[in-house]
Amino acid sequence: MLVFEKSKEGRGFSSLPACDVPEVLPKEEYRRGLELHLPEISENDLSRHYTELAKKSYGVNDGFYPLGSCTMKYNPKINEDMAGLPQFTEIHPLQPESTIQGCLEVIQKAEEYLCEITGMNRMTMQPAAGAHGEFTGLLLIKAYHESRGDHKRTKIIVPDSAHGTNPASATMAGYSVVSVPSMEDGCVDLEKLRAVVGEDTAGLMLTNPNTVGLFDKNILEITDIIHECGGVNYYDGANLNAVMGIVRPGDMGFDVIHLNLHKTFSTPHGGGGPGSGPVGCKEFLAEFLPSVLVEGTEKLTLKKPEHSIGEVKSFYGNFLVVVRALTYLMTLGKEGIPEASQNAVLNANYMMNKLKDIYPMAYDEVCMHEFVMSMEELKKGTGVSALDIAKGLVDNGIHPPTMYFPLIVHEALMVEPTETESKETMDKAIKVFRKIYNFAITAPDSLHQAPVTTPVTRLDEVEAARNPVLRYQF
Amino acid sequence: MGSYVPTTEKERREMLSEIGFQNINDLFSHIPDEVKVKDGLQIPEGMSELEVRRKIQKIAGKNKVFSQVYRGAGAYRHFIPAIVKSVISKENLLTAYTPYQAEISQGILQSIFEYQTMICDLTGMDVSNACVYDGAEAAAESVAMCRERKRAKAFVSAAVPPYVMEAIKTYVFGNEMELEIIPEKDGITDIAYLQEHIDKTTACVYIQQPNYYGNLEDASALETVIHEAGAKYIMGVNPTALGVMKTPGEYGADVAVGEGQPLGLPLAFGGPYIGFMASVDSMMRKLPGRIVGQTSDSNGKTGYVLTLQAREQHIRREKASSNICSNEALCALAVGTYLSAMGREGFREVAVQCSSKAHYLAAELEKIGYELQNKTEFFHEFVTNSKAPVLKVMEALEAHGILGGLPLAGDREGQILWCATEMNSKSEIDEMIQILKEV
Amino acid sequence: MKLGEGLVYSKSHEWVKFEGDTAWVGLTDYAQSELGDLVYVNLPEAGDEIEVEETFADVESVKAVSDVYSPITGTVCEINEELLDSPEKINEDPYGAWLVKVENVTAKEELLSGEEYEAFVASEQA
Repeated sequence: MLVFEKSKEGRGFSSLPACDVPEVLPKEEYRRGLELHLPEISENDLSRHYTELAKKSYGVNDGFYPLGSCTMKYNPKINEDMAGLPQFTEIHPLQPESTIQGCLEVIQKAEEYLCEITGMNRMTMQPAAGAHGEFTGLLLIKAYHESRGDHKRTKIIVPDSAHGTNPASATMAGYSVVSVPSMEDGCVDLEKLRAVVGEDTAGLMLTNPNTVGLFDKNILEITDIIHECGGVNYYDGANLNAVMGIVRPGDMGFDVIHLNLHKTFSTPHGGGGPGSGPVGCKEFLAEFLPSVLVEGTEKLTLKKPEHSIGEVKSFYGNFLVVVRALTYLMTLGKEGIPEASQNAVLNANYMMNKLKDIYPMAYDEVCMHEFVMSMEELKKGTGVSALDIAKGLVDNGIHPPTMYFPLIVHEALMVEPTETESKETMDKAIKVFRKIYNFAITAPDSLHQAPVTTPVTRLDEVEAARNPVLRYQF
Repeated sequence: MGSYVPTTEKERREMLSEIGFQNINDLFSHIPDEVKVKDGLQIPEGMSELEVRRKIQKIAGKNKVFSQVYRGAGAYRHFIPAIVKSVISKENLLTAYTPYQAEISQGILQSIFEYQTMICDLTGMDVSNACVYDGAEAAAESVAMCRERKRAKAFVSAAVPPYVMEAIKTYVFGNEMELEIIPEKDGITDIAYLQEHIDKTTACVYIQQPNYYGNLEDASALETVIHEAGAKYIMGVNPTALGVMKTPGEYGADVAVGEGQPLGLPLAFGGPYIGFMASVDSMMRKLPGRIVGQTSDSNGKTGYVLTLQAREQHIRREKASSNICSNEALCALAVGTYLSAMGREGFREVAVQCSSKAHYLAAELEKIGYELQNKTEFFHEFVTNSKAPVLKVMEALEAHGILGGLPLAGDREGQILWCATEMNSKSEIDEMIQILKEV
Repeated sequence: MKLGEGLVYSKSHEWVKFEGDTAWVGLTDYAQSELGDLVYVNLPEAGDEIEVEETFADVESVKAVSDVYSPITGTVCEINEELLDSPEKINEDPYGAWLVKVENVTAKEELLSGEEYEAFVASEQA
C-alpha cells in the first residue's frame, strides 16, 4: 500500500512551533494554485510504513550478496557513526575556511590515502559516482589535449567487453567511441589495438582486472601503445578491490582514474546511491581538475586548479561518503588494505573451484576477485537460463550474481564474493548453487516460476515499459 | 589494525590448499613483477575502532558548528524530523544495491515511486525520474536532454547560482552545445535581451525561480518568449518555496529541476545532496537516469520495477543521452520520509515560516541601514548592502556563533546574500540585529 | 516464419513494399520474433533523408535497443504514428506495421525475394 493510500485528512503530526513573526508571503500572482497532496499520516503509521518497505528489501546486512562488479562488501557501522557526527553534518559548505578545518582535513587525508593506493598525484572528491567520475576524467583528457592546441584527437578507445557506462561517458565528453574487440579471454588484443590508434586517439578507457575478472598481463604494452601515439590512459576503478596494495594503476601506465568509494571502500550503496567517484590523476593533468583542492599543512585552504574544467556538481562532492571511506582506510591501514584484496581474490578462487565441476566457467584459470560462469549450455540442454538460476537463488536467501554481464559471455552469471564473507557463508552458498543446478536438470519448470517466496513474483516489465505508470494519481 | 576479513588463518590455509596453492601471494603470481608494489603501501598502519573513533572525532572537532545560520546560497538549514534518520538507517534499505532484482527490492522501488509522485505533486509536472546527484548536476543534465538535432544552443540566466552555471558550462564543454548567458537586469533575468537573441536554433532556456539573489523572476513573461521561439523552458526551483509558490507546471515549464537538499538532508559540507528532475509527459523518454514504474506480477499483484531502461547507458551505450547509472536513492528515501512527516499542512507551514522570517529579517535589517538591493518580490533570500566592511560584520557575528549572510563578489562586492528559514526564531533575529548595530 | 505479400527483404531483416517511386519499410516477422516484445520505437521525422545501410530508427525491447537500417535511399514522407503509442503492433502484425513511407527512392540495396530471404534466414541460423 502506498503512503498516499494511508493518508487521512486532518491527520499528521506537528513538528514546528507556531510562527513568531507576522505572516508575509510574496504577492498572490507568485503563489501556487495547485493543491498539494502530500500525505497526512501519524508518526506511528509512517514509521511502520517504512519498516514494511524495509522488510521488502534485501541488503548486504540480510545475507550473501555476490553481485559481480559491484563489490558488495560489509558496510562497517563505525563509518555510519563518524558520518553522523554533528560537526560534519551541521557544516554549511560556504562557511569561512577557518571554521571548516576538520572537513578539509578529511578531504586531504582521504586524498593522501587514495593517491598512494592508486599511484596518482592528485585527486578530487567532487564526482558523485563512478559514471560521474568517468565523465570528469574524460574532460581532463579533453582539456589537456586542447591546452596543447591539439584539436585532432576525437576518439576514445574502449574494449568491447567494457561496461556500457564507458562509451556513454565518452559520448557525453564529446568523443566518438572506437570499440576494440577483446580476445577470447577478455584481454585486449594488442594487434587490433595497434590497428586503431593514431593521431586522432585521445585516450583509452580500461579496467584491470578486466570485466571478466582476469588480470591483463600485457598491461604495460597496452598503456605504452596509447602513450606512444600521444593518448592518455584512463583507469576505470570498478575492479580495484582485487589489487589494492598489489599493483597500482599509476604504475601500470594509467594517467587518470576514478574510484568507487561505495564499492571498494565499504560505503553503503543505499539502494542505488549516494556513492562517490573521486578522480585521481598524474601531475600533468592536475591543473585541469574540477572544483577546489585542499592545500597546506597547518592551516588548510581551498584552491582552484589553474586551468580547472570547472564544476561537475555543487561544492566538494559527497562529503559524508568520503568521511565513511576515510574511516575505513584508517581502520585497515597499511596491512589491512592489501589483506582485503588478497582475501577477495582467495574467496573468489575458492568458490570458483568448488563450482567449476558443474557450472562451466567462461575462463577456467586463476581469477581475481570475481569469476564468470556461462549458462549457455545449460540453457540449450534444459531451457533454464541465467535469469532462472538467479531467481532460484533468491528463493534460497542469496542475492543473485550479476546477470548478462559481461556481454561477451552468453548467459553470464558473474560472482564476486568479496573478502568480508566467512568460509561458512561461502560453503552454504556453494551448496545452494549446486542444489539449484540439480533443479535445473531435474525440475527445470520450477525455476522458470521462481521466485515464489518473495513479496511479489516475476513482474511484467513489458507492460511497465509499454504503458508507463510512473506516479500515483490522486 | 582493524579488519573485516572473517576467515581465520587456518581456514585460509585450507582454502588455499584446496585450490592448489601454498601462499596467498601465489594467487597473484601471474601479475608481472615490474608493476607490483614493492615495499608495501606508504600509508599509516591500521587502527582499532576506538582509536579511529578518537582520531576522527578530533578531526571533526576542528570544525565550527554555528548556532544560528543566515546563509543559504544553495544549501539550506531546515528542521529535520527524527523519523528521517530512523528510516534511512534501516539496514535493509541502507545496504542494498540498486533495485535490479525487483522481487527482493519492492521496498526501495516503492519508496522511489512515492518520491516520484511527491516531486510531481510539488512541481506540478507530469513525470519525475528517480533523482540525480544534486541540483547543479540536474540543471546540467536538463540542458543536455533538451538538445535536438537542429537546436543545440542553450540560454542560461546570469542570475542562476554560480554552481549551477559552472556545472552547465562544464557539461557543455563536454557535449559541445552552444551556451549563451542572458544578462541580469535589476536583479532578475533581462527578458528583453532574451527576446532579441533567442532563435530557431535555441534548444532551451534555463532560469531559476527564485533566482540566486532570492528575487522572483517574471516567469510567465519568460514562458511566452521561450515558447514563441519553439524552445524548451527549464525552470530551476527551490523545493521549499513550492509549499506556497507557483509551480513550474503552472508557469508552463517543460522541465523542472532543483536541489532537493532542503527536503530533509543535512548541510553536511555540501553533500550528499539530491537533484530532482521532472518534465511534461512528452519529454518522459528524454529524462536521464532511473525511473520506477508500476506493473503487476504473474499473479496479478501490484509491484514496481525499474522501467524505460532502454534509454540508459547500460543498454544504449555510446548512444545514451546520459551516462548516469546511480541515483541518490537513500536521499530520495529521506526526501519521501521528510515530505510525509511534514505532511500537507506541515510542509506548507515550513514555506510560510521561511518567507515570513525572511521578510521580518529584511525589514529589521533595513531599519539599521542594510538596504535591500532589489525592489522585486522575494521568498526566503534577499540581498542587502553592508553598513560596515563585510568581513568585519561577519567576524562580529561569528564571535557570537552566528553565520551571517554570504558576502557576494564581483559586481556585487560589498553586498550580502541573506537567508532565513523556520530555524531562525524572532528572538535570535533580534539578537543578531543588536550585534549588527554595534559593528 | 511468416512472409508478406508483394514484399522484398533486406539481409538486415527489413521488408520493403514498392509502389512506383514510393516505398514502405517495416521489420520482418523473423526480426520481431528475435527482438521479443517491443516497448518503444524511435522513428525519424517526415522530411528526413534516409540512406541505404544507414540507421534511420531504433526499436526497444525491455532490455535491448536495436538499430533499424534503411534498405533504400529516399525522403521520409510519412511515419507510422500509431506505433509510437502501440509498438506491440510490430509484434502482432509485422507486415501491416510499416515504420516509414518513403518517396523519391533513388537507390536501394540488393533486396531478396521471399524465397531467398527464407533461405538466408535458414543459413544464418545454421
